Amino acid sequence: MNFTMPVFSVAIPDIFMLCMAAIALLVDVFLPKKKRIITFFIVQATLVITFILTVSQYIHYPSPIITFSGNYILDKLAIILKMFICVVSFFAFAYSREYVNERHIARGEYFILGLFAVLGMMVMASAYSFLSIYLGLELLSLSLYAMVALQKDSVDATEAAMKYFVMGALASGLLLYGISMVYGATGSIQMFEIGNLLVNSTPNQHMIVVLGLGFILAGLLFKFGAVPFHMWVPDVYAGAPTCMTLFIASAPKIAAFGITMRILVEAMPSVQVQWEHMLTVVAVLSMFFGNVLAIAQTNVKRMLAYSSIAHIGYMLLGIIAGPNSAEGYSAAMFYVSTYVIVAAGAFAIISILSKSGKEFEQLNDYRGLNSRNPWLAFMMLLLMFSMAGVPPTVGFFAKLGLLEALVEAHLVWLAALALLFAIIGAYYYLRMVMYMYFEEPLPGASSTPIKLAPDMMIAVSINGVAALLLGLFPSTFIDMCRISLV
Amino acid sequence: MTVLQLIFYAFSAVAIFSGLMVVGSSNPVRGALFLVLSFFCMAGLWILLQAEFLALILVLVYVGAVMTLFLFVVMMLSVNRVSVQEGFVRYLPVCALIVLMIVGLMIMVVGPERFGLTQIPMPAAFPADYSNMVSLGEVLYTDYVFPFEVAAVILLTAIIAAISLTHRQSKKHKSQNISKQIAVKAGDRLRIVKMPSEPKINPTGGQ
Repeated sequence: MNFTMPVFSVAIPDIFMLCMAAIALLVDVFLPKKKRIITFFIVQATLVITFILTVSQYIHYPSPIITFSGNYILDKLAIILKMFICVVSFFAFAYSREYVNERHIARGEYFILGLFAVLGMMVMASAYSFLSIYLGLELLSLSLYAMVALQKDSVDATEAAMKYFVMGALASGLLLYGISMVYGATGSIQMFEIGNLLVNSTPNQHMIVVLGLGFILAGLLFKFGAVPFHMWVPDVYAGAPTCMTLFIASAPKIAAFGITMRILVEAMPSVQVQWEHMLTVVAVLSMFFGNVLAIAQTNVKRMLAYSSIAHIGYMLLGIIAGPNSAEGYSAAMFYVSTYVIVAAGAFAIISILSKSGKEFEQLNDYRGLNSRNPWLAFMMLLLMFSMAGVPPTVGFFAKLGLLEALVEAHLVWLAALALLFAIIGAYYYLRMVMYMYFEEPLPGASSTPIKLAPDMMIAVSINGVAALLLGLFPSTFIDMCRISLV
Repeated sequence: MTVLQLIFYAFSAVAIFSGLMVVGSSNPVRGALFLVLSFFCMAGLWILLQAEFLALILVLVYVGAVMTLFLFVVMMLSVNRVSVQEGFVRYLPVCALIVLMIVGLMIMVVGPERFGLTQIPMPAAFPADYSNMVSLGEVLYTDYVFPFEVAAVILLTAIIAAISLTHRQSKKHKSQNISKQIAVKAGDRLRIVKMPSEPKINPTGGQ
């Protein structure tokens, strides 16, 4: 048999993360209860060091390397996605610390499972065969289901975990069925080989691959939470502990973007017309239902859940425009990574404000936030402006890039629709701002000033200011997205 | 029709029937038993594909271990039969529509005109000394070492998740704290409540 030794050094960040997860697990067992916080620091240090290792890979490996018998790829896309995933997860865990502590969620397990989820995302980012894509996705999902359910005394969290698990299992089934179709047509599960084999496919093969594509897309869109596979999103976002909602809404979207690019662009460019049509329908429906249903919500977490559905719709526009414009894919990547930063910030503010057992998640709770804590209200304002796409913030440039790409790809009608839905969406973001600044706190609700722990304050400030600064100086970030998708 | 085909159709028919019964039967124990049957039929189909090692593993692990445990759990939970059937009629039209659409798509695409012997030729017969296990072992730790390791991590995660979800804080565990017991003061245990004395009742019972 012929077997070439895999280049282990390209997988150093993943291997390091796995080792540290195992170490953290062992350390956590032997720590006395009061010192469990050490687990948290190990997990955060792991994320920082993994980030540094990934950055060094960026310098050392200028050209793509495919190894582990075609199961693993290290290219610019994988490296940059991993960097984003590490940064966003670092923030997500930093925000979680206090929330988890206050609600008696098993702290050690929470962060260790979180680290395994991040490992799953790293695997997804550099997966180059359907097998490793699927396994990475399952590693991520399994950790997420358990993390949602970790708040055992909350009925809502248990229900959310159950729904998330059942829907996720269904999505995995659909994805696997689609993969089996593609394998049946091509006899390969490796992205590069599939891409080559499908270039001159027979009509029969083509037909099978299109059916497989339908199932694969259904599975992927389930994970993204796009219409018509969005039913679980509001329930899970609202029911899960807020710090968990933050995590689900952030880093996994970047990883899902990564595998979508691998499957659609690298393995299946030959059925591009078909996936463009499917994605167009999904994107328009997502933008419509996401934005319109968000208006009706009184719970901020549910509102942001619907808004995330709409944002996924926008992101898909970039992928649709991708094949016919130079900037489409990088615009989509820029959109999803900046949205993730903004969404993490918004959920972080909800979780920080939810103190002493009371969840701060009704829209009415935010009335008069400005008089209670002006800085936090200002951060929320920046994040809401960014989601709505108001100019100096990063959301504006993200949307602008998408619209440019759409116009370049001669899809002006889609650009016009996207703009229309963005205006509908602006209503509920600005309503939030209006509540915070121009309304008095409800009678009966406490109007005392809100004090925050300094570390939370710093994290939220970095997050909010990032939404502004990335909007003022977007070029570096946009360049990174461009480099990764040449 | 050859004997092999007969066996194939027999196993497939039973597998599909038992798959339907897993969902359809109102008794969860019966549902679990039908799942066992469908696994068994799948193992039969795998043997026809000459994947005898995987077939045996399927029988040993799933039928022998996993499903037995599962049966125990189902029996202990004593699921309410009525609640299982709730909403069946209500969701039937939507479900039927979706199922019809998916089955229609599959019938259109998956068939002898696309997967027949002309499109996908019969693989060459294996030599007599061919071992399924050897060829599996050859690739498992070489070509598929990366997916293999990730699968191992998934199992580890499942263990952590299962333990952390079922583990309760040891509140049930009651123990004596002797130094606390000795140091206790009367004031910690005894509370003297001042109450107004009751109005005097005439002992003779008169009003």
